[in-house]
Amino acid sequence: MLVGFIQSLKLAFGGYGLGLLIGIGGACGKLYGGPILRDLMEIYTTLIRAIPELVLMLLLYYAGTDALSQLLALAGYGSVDINALTAGIFVIGVVQGAYATEVFRGAIKAVPAGQIEAGRAYGMSPMKVLTRVTLPAMLPYALPGLANLWMVATKDTALLAVIGFSELTLVTRQAAGSTKAYMLFFLAAGAIYLAWTLVSSLVIRFIEKRATRGLVRTA
Amino acid sequence: MGGPEQAIQVTDLHKRFGSLEVLKGISLTARQGDVIAIIGGSGSGKSTFLRCINLLELPTAGTVSVHGETIEMKSDGHGGLIPANRRQVQRIRSRLAMVFQSFNLWQHMTVLQNVIEAPVHVLGVPKDQAIATAEALLKRVGLFEKRDVYPAFLSGGQQQRAAIARALAVQPLAMLFDEPTSALDPELVGEVLSVIGDLAREKRTMLLVTHEMKFAREVSNHVVFLHNGLIEEQGPPDEIFGAPKSERLKKFISSIH
Repeated sequence: MLVGFIQSLKLAFGGYGLGLLIGIGGACGKLYGGPILRDLMEIYTTLIRAIPELVLMLLLYYAGTDALSQLLALAGYGSVDINALTAGIFVIGVVQGAYATEVFRGAIKAVPAGQIEAGRAYGMSPMKVLTRVTLPAMLPYALPGLANLWMVATKDTALLAVIGFSELTLVTRQAAGSTKAYMLFFLAAGAIYLAWTLVSSLVIRFIEKRATRGLVRTA
Repeated sequence: MGGPEQAIQVTDLHKRFGSLEVLKGISLTARQGDVIAIIGGSGSGKSTFLRCINLLELPTAGTVSVHGETIEMKSDGHGGLIPANRRQVQRIRSRLAMVFQSFNLWQHMTVLQNVIEAPVHVLGVPKDQAIATAEALLKRVGLFEKRDVYPAFLSGGQQQRAAIARALAVQPLAMLFDEPTSALDPELVGEVLSVIGDLAREKRTMLLVTHEMKFAREVSNHVVFLHNGLIEEQGPPDEIFGAPKSERLKKFISSIH
């Protein structure tokens, strides 16, 4: 079970990390991109957020990996076996990315325009403004949404059981099935998810405290 | 191309927002050490004019030169101008320090981090050197004790003094003040004006958009009165405030006293 849990964590961290990267890129594309890029991003976030995650998992996992290996074969790399973990991270990342795009977009819009203007006025390049001002300044606005997404990401890893990836839920089901001790194993799995969520909450609270140091608390 | 003594030269600047022409052809030269006060009613275009100098607003026509270097512009294809060379604009902006009406300190940085940000991350000054300079500047504006505080925890007057320290930290060729005391409570205006007054007496080149007429008269050596996007009258402060010629200026001065 521990191995399954570690696999779940790998999925969650990898998928979430990828989701954050896609989210930042997606939000910048939506806010600063040209009309074509903006439309593409709109299609991406609309589609991904409209389709049930389970369907997306199945679709991206089977169709996606198939398309990718065909593409690689075309490019002359021969047939490549895509590692199940990589595929799982990709699937979770793409799903998380769509939600993260919206979280970041809202947060970036919440940054007072004067902060960005000051960056420009002091000679920062657009990239510098983004990395030195916009992204750190939007963090306090993005964190509640991002914390939510992290919780969702850890739970989404369980969906990968349906494609046969040996993460916590699948391992638990197998163990429970072979020993018939359903109650014991599923309660244990539940406890592991709960413990992980509690640890996450503590870390998130700490990060949030740090990120909002510069804001006057109105509570 | 002006001589080296020309800090800022603006020639025939126009700015149009849609069908509204805000600036209708303004020319102005600031020599090094000039303190030019720009006054005028609301909607006269004074803030827009200032913001066109460092291209926070893109002028529709006209040229801006800083220390004899003309900012290269090209047509945007829709009757306006865009910078031909973004790096040049960034380089020039980095030496034209702006002080905003609403301070615009970066909220996620402490006062000290705000002051060293542009020197370190734009001008490439080594961090320890930037910190030493910043601490000296913060002492000067009376905020040394507040260096590790975040801007949101400071009063408006303190924030604006921090913003002035941030402006000084880039060793500006010229400073642009955009109504620096308009967002302040009346009792905080004095502390900010006294800092700006000191800088003016040091003969730092500055363009100062302000509603503080008494202050403008004290510290400036040249006053420009804008009305409806044009320079209605300009001259030494004693003439502008003591013996205004145009009817509009007379009216404007009497309306604010």
